[in-house]
Amino acid sequence: MPTELSRRELSWVIGGPQGGGINASAEIYAKALMRGGLHVFANIEFHSNIMGKHSYYRVTAAPVPVRSHIDEIHMLVALDQETLFGDAQERKHYPSHTGHVHRVSPGGGIVYDADLKIDPAQFQRNDVHLYPIPFFEVLEEALKQVGKGGQSRKYIVMRNTVALGASIGLAGYDDELVFDAIRHEFKGRKAEAAEMNVQAVKAAADYARSHFSARPARQLSALPAEQRQKRILIKGVQAVGIAKLKAGLGLQTYYPISPATDESVYLEAKGPQYQLTVVQAEDEISSINMAIGAAHMGIRAATSTAGPGFALMSEGFGFAAITEAPGPVVFLWQRGGPSTGLPTRTEQADLQFALHPAHGDFPHIVIASGDIEEAFNDSFESFNWADRYQVPVIVLLEKFLASSLFTTDRLDTSTLKIDRGLVYQPVSPEKNGYRRHAITPDGISPRALPGTAGGIFSTTSDEHDPEGHITEGIENRITMMRKRMVKLQTAAREIPESFKFKLHGPRRADLTLVGWGTTKGAILDGMTELELDGFSVNFLQVRLMRPFPAQEVEAMLRDAKRAVLIEANYSGQLGALIREQTGIALDHRVLKYDGRPFSRNEIVGGVHEVLSERTKEVMVSHA
Amino acid sequence: MPETATPPKKFSLQEYKTEVHVDWCPGCGDFGILSSIQQAFFQLQIPPHRIAMISGIGCSGKTPHYVDTYGLHTLHGRALPVATGAKLANHQLTVVAVGGDGDGYGIGAGYFVNSGRRNLDMTYIVFNNGVYGLTKGQASPTLGKGLQTKSMPDPSIQEGVNPLAVALGAGYTWIGRGYALDVKSLVSLIVQAIQHKGTSFLDVFQTCPVYNDLRTKEWYAGEDIGRTRLRRLDADAGWDPVVRDPGNLDEVVQKKTRALQTSYETGDSLAVGLFYKIDLPTYDEQLADKVPALKDHPLIDLPLYQRDVTPLFDELA
Repeated sequence: MPTELSRRELSWVIGGPQGGGINASAEIYAKALMRGGLHVFANIEFHSNIMGKHSYYRVTAAPVPVRSHIDEIHMLVALDQETLFGDAQERKHYPSHTGHVHRVSPGGGIVYDADLKIDPAQFQRNDVHLYPIPFFEVLEEALKQVGKGGQSRKYIVMRNTVALGASIGLAGYDDELVFDAIRHEFKGRKAEAAEMNVQAVKAAADYARSHFSARPARQLSALPAEQRQKRILIKGVQAVGIAKLKAGLGLQTYYPISPATDESVYLEAKGPQYQLTVVQAEDEISSINMAIGAAHMGIRAATSTAGPGFALMSEGFGFAAITEAPGPVVFLWQRGGPSTGLPTRTEQADLQFALHPAHGDFPHIVIASGDIEEAFNDSFESFNWADRYQVPVIVLLEKFLASSLFTTDRLDTSTLKIDRGLVYQPVSPEKNGYRRHAITPDGISPRALPGTAGGIFSTTSDEHDPEGHITEGIENRITMMRKRMVKLQTAAREIPESFKFKLHGPRRADLTLVGWGTTKGAILDGMTELELDGFSVNFLQVRLMRPFPAQEVEAMLRDAKRAVLIEANYSGQLGALIREQTGIALDHRVLKYDGRPFSRNEIVGGVHEVLSERTKEVMVSHA
Repeated sequence: MPETATPPKKFSLQEYKTEVHVDWCPGCGDFGILSSIQQAFFQLQIPPHRIAMISGIGCSGKTPHYVDTYGLHTLHGRALPVATGAKLANHQLTVVAVGGDGDGYGIGAGYFVNSGRRNLDMTYIVFNNGVYGLTKGQASPTLGKGLQTKSMPDPSIQEGVNPLAVALGAGYTWIGRGYALDVKSLVSLIVQAIQHKGTSFLDVFQTCPVYNDLRTKEWYAGEDIGRTRLRRLDADAGWDPVVRDPGNLDEVVQKKTRALQTSYETGDSLAVGLFYKIDLPTYDEQLADKVPALKDHPLIDLPLYQRDVTPLFDELA
């Protein structure tokens, strides 16, 4: 059943070769819409390739909140032929996609380059509007306006802006808001480029309006100025980066890896302004060990990586745990695995890896964020846990969140509080019997800050006594294992419920959806549709994976009439964890492992399908 | 060497020693290195609580437990990354990393190379005995081709690495070699290494009396050839390993080339002493160029917990 969102949203897709400027166009478009008071959700799909391969940016906008995309396209903007029809021409054996024309909804519009001289019959669609725009000619017209006539070849990259302008004209959106967005993006030395781009949008919008009378069925309008909320447009990597700065991060280490690098590069750019040190290490083993060294010295340290890099961090992770380092916090941006897998695509297949990141038994904390606000709060709080419990912490994130844009209110920092845990205050500057790993009921020993007189300690990755020296003694081993492991119980007792799980919707419902991470947006938006289809629905979003809130999850699942597990992986890794921790098996499962994020349609369609008598499990795909 | 305030009192040599039982084998060369490190700290009068010793895994890895300073006994091959993180967090501490030759030139080879590129102001001392002692005597990366120590079933068919040559290529700004059983010279080298501003690398020939029956103290003493095999560079009046003008590439290349040649002297003449020294901007100094507060304060003392992130949200509006 259509919802208010599905009636009023506009799904706009721009596609083209990598390096062709779709990012710039889409981000300006998104910002122009945000400034017009609309809610925007935008996500990008691209190849592990620098230049040439097909990429596309999907911007979904509505006057009501939106946090997911749909399969249909209302306006398709194509910078090349492949965006329209796929790559079967070039890749006969295994075409990687079939283009986007077949996704355009009836009444929708397709903007493309008239110079491609495509026979309209090739579209095989007489239910959509075709808008061939002579990109080169329009660009020439725009350049004349800024005194650069005859230079279209030099500025050919600006075809992207022409395409954007045409779609704006056809969608009926306010040009001025686009101009503002451009001028905001291109400042200072880039001011000249701003005017060129403004003229390109203007010329293209004018051309489209004057040459085509038929408009696409869905139009875009800004809210009246007085109704426009001041919002921000933010990516996951930025939300995490800002939270880390707010948390007092001192050292960020990284080794370049998709999709985690953008977060470190963002922090690196802000480093001087915020007195943050960012180090690009020689590999991920070095990254995590630098962070551990820094954490032991008493600053907050983090490293960001993806699955292949985290595989190299395994050894260091166990070292941090046995030496009770206050951290580091590892930000694990999941991508498609295994091995190199799908470097630039999304997946939720590292949950079980994050739960078992190294050999031996040791305590650590794993939290999974579902959206921008959670990523922000989790990133901040993870450092408090690292200090308080002296354990390494994993914040589990996804490529989908890393590179997607969301409109949101400014994130609230007023309630964030720094907690550095127990720091040893020496009773005297001389030897005073300080024990770094002193046995305590809650497992937490006050940590001395190296450099301080009276706090001298050594510690080691070998099993050690309370003073940190090597011992293989039997009683000490038992005591130390218990001392470390009891910290998990302490953490489970103290961590607030909002970090453990969220139950969205009514306590009792006909249907309980169970999931984690960034499927949250599509599930929440999809729930509204399912409700209109006649179900009462709730959604159990699991957040804290270790220590796992087993009792709470079990109680909620015992209450569930029908439960459906939704995960972006092959094996249902949260389902396995729930079964391990509660004994409850979730037989109805909607899974996706094609490397693309769940659309709202896939959630709704998948749930309907597994609730039918036909099958208990369904794999959905964007193919 | 980082600046330290004038010590309020004189530290005794004893204050650099712990009461932890040293579990190395009798006659182990490690005792000489341990003693040299303690004496060097004592000579320099660095307050023990202003020192962080970071070690890898192996017999040498136990060193921090025996020196009464802050210590992290880390993972096999990872001492340098941990030391790097420690130094970045608090660059006013004296950071000394120690490890074995398997630790540094085998499993930790990547960190050995890249730490040379960085030139943080810290010291790296390698206990080089040619074998993996703690796992009972397998060939280490420095054991030469054709050599067979007593627990090896066959002679090695791999070349041994030349750590000084690697260090020259990696960019270490202070490179030296010592001998574990010549404590007096070793103390002097460690003192110089710590005083050097930048990453100093000191390879130390160390005897393993249990597993390396080839490179014994008798062999180094040259009992078979009637003279010591160790050639002291400081006894060579013509030896000048210090680059005077770091901007003069010719001088740099010339001094590196001589150091390289000297590092390839093998057989019956093994040079010990300072091989190469150049003063270049340290990583710490370059960080302070970006964040001026780091000139006078370590990262740990900066006001990192009162950041105003409002401007970052403004950029996204």
